[in-house]
Parts: sequence; C-alpha cells; structure tokens
Amino acid sequence: MSRKPYEPTLPNTWWLEKPFYIRYMLREFTSFFVGAYVAILIVGLWQLSQGPDAWGSFLGVLSHPASVVFHVLAFVFATFHTVTWFALTPRTTPIMRGDHFVPPGPIIGAQYAVWAVASIVVLVAVLW
Amino acid sequence: MSDDTTFTLEVLRYNPESDDVPRAEKFTVPYQEDWVVLDALNWVKDNVDGSLTYRWSCHMAVCGSCGMMINNEPTLSCKAFLRDYLKDGTGTITVGALKNFPIEKDLVIVMDSFMEKLEAVKPWIIRSTEKPLDEGTFTQLPKQLKRFKRHTMCINCLLCYAACPQVGLNPGFIGPAALALAHRYNLDTRDQGKDLRKDVTASEDGVWECTFVSACSEVCPKDVEPAGAIQEQKIESSIDWALDHLIPGRKAR
Repeated sequence: MSRKPYEPTLPNTWWLEKPFYIRYMLREFTSFFVGAYVAILIVGLWQLSQGPDAWGSFLGVLSHPASVVFHVLAFVFATFHTVTWFALTPRTTPIMRGDHFVPPGPIIGAQYAVWAVASIVVLVAVLW
Repeated sequence: MSDDTTFTLEVLRYNPESDDVPRAEKFTVPYQEDWVVLDALNWVKDNVDGSLTYRWSCHMAVCGSCGMMINNEPTLSCKAFLRDYLKDGTGTITVGALKNFPIEKDLVIVMDSFMEKLEAVKPWIIRSTEKPLDEGTFTQLPKQLKRFKRHTMCINCLLCYAACPQVGLNPGFIGPAALALAHRYNLDTRDQGKDLRKDVTASEDGVWECTFVSACSEVCPKDVEPAGAIQEQKIESSIDWALDHLIPGRKAR
C-alpha cells in the first residue's frame, strides 16, 4: 500500500489559539516600543551634539501630546518586557552553588536590586 | 453519577486511502473514574472500530509513544485522566494527532524528520581522547551530574514539537527535544564533542530559530526544560561569535 501522509500547515492565526501564545506575542510586540524608544534616545543625543537650537527643537517635539502618549505607552510596555524577562532569567542562566541550583527567587530578586540601584544612580545624576 | 455515565470522544481521524483532510468522528464512551484518554481510545478500538489507529506502549508515561492533541493541548494520553476533562463524567473530549507533523493515519504521525534531527546533534558521549582501560572509569561528581540531569529525562514524546510554533513555521528547525539533548551531552563532563555538535546547534536551523516562546517546557511531561537549554546555548553561541571577532585566528565551529 502506498503512503499518503496528510501535511498540515500552521495558519497565520496560530498565536490566537491560546492565551499562552497571545502572551508570548504581546511580549514580542513590546520589543517594538523598547526599540522605538532607544531610536528616539539616539536621535536626541545626535540633536544634542548639533547645538542648543537643535536640542531645543528636539525638546519641542518631545513635549507634543502624541510624544507624551507614546512615552507613557513605551514605559508600560518596557516595564512589561522587563518584568517578563526577569521572570524567565532563572531558566536561561541556571546558577549552581555547591551541589544545588540557586532557586529562582534570589536570581529574579538580584535583577530587581540592580534595576533599583541603576534607577537611583540615574535619578541622583539627573537631580544633582 | 451513575455507573452508566457516558461521554463523547471526538477523534480527528485521517484515512490516507479515502480522505484528503482529517475529519472528526464522535464516539460515545463509558466513563470510568480511573480511566485515562488512552483507555477510552482502547475501548473504542476493542468495541466500536478496530481500525482506529494510534501509538501506545507502556501506559505509564515512560515510553513516550502516546502523545496527541487532547482538547488542542499536546498531552500524553496515558497521563490524561478523564475526570480532569469532564464534569460529572459527561461532556466532550477532543483528540487529534500531534501538531506540526505529517499524519500517517488517524493519530499516528510521521516522525522521520525528528529522527534525522536527533541523529544530527550526535546525542551520545563523544571522546576525542580515549582513556586506557587500566586508568579506570570516568568519574563524575554529584553536582556535575545534577547540572544536566533534568535534560536526560527526555522520552522523545514530541509534545514539545507539537507545542512549538517555530517548528510549525520552519520544518527545518532542529527543535526543542533534540537541542535539549545536545545540551545534555555538551554539559556532560565525560563528553568532548561540543565543537562537533555546534555545526548543527549553533546554525540558523539550530538554537537561533528559537524565539523563546517556551511552550515546549510548559507541555513537557518530564520537566526536561528544553527552552532553558536552548537559551543557554544561545548565550554560548553569542560569546563564541564575540570572541571570534575579538581574538585574531579564533574560529569557533
């Protein structure tokens, strides 16, 4: 008897099938906002190097309501991206101490600690 | 509930001799509290339709043969208790062949592609230098064993391949189970074959095809953690790439 296997194809809507996949796509989607924010930051640095007028116009664009809305969204999505990434880290970088794996708690906690310290350093530098 | 409670087992069937696409067929099956979905399939095969085709062997989550989509989740049917899917012993359970594989017949998939991928990562201990017998066995500390032990638990049930959208989108992707096994041997202190495996694992179809959906680890019945194993290899591959660019003459495989 000859064979005739059925070859399935994955529809483009595969990620709508389960909440787990939707959450994954949301995490991927947040990368766009993280990337866009970094691009704006680089443009800002370049404008800064072009003198006070260029910097002033950059600040003018930033204060536009659409820009404010974007930054609020970017902050929310960047936070989501960061939190979900922190939660995954114990699986990507298992650490052994002695004969045992370090449990997820301290690994995740350490990242929040570094995040907090970095934020304080930036805050102090800005306010100084 | 009474002893004669029944439920509906909806099986996505495919007969290569008469079908072009899979079709759903419903069976009314007696409910038993201690039955798993595999028992229900066996009941149908014994009492209703002997042509119903599926793989199984051990009935105890060891052999890895009876993986299928149960209510659209990749599951070992020997581990899927009816009572966890039905309310008061009634309702419907849907069963289909594992996703992302060609279907040979009914619930039987064609797994040739996986066997090729598995072989490609050389899942065995490779030695570049052999030790004379009179020097004794290779010793390994408990912590060295523990480092990779969970990745050894794989039973090749392929639930992870059915859960992984990247496998569905790119059939060439080496995939979760094979990459986890490659990692298992790379981490083994007795092994010296990591560079040989990198030709496959660090390639486009290797770890870099993975986007860390991590559905593989979610569905794994043995807690092998393939998603983590792949990310660890990505980190290693990135370090190789960086060192290759920084150190003249260095070329990781």
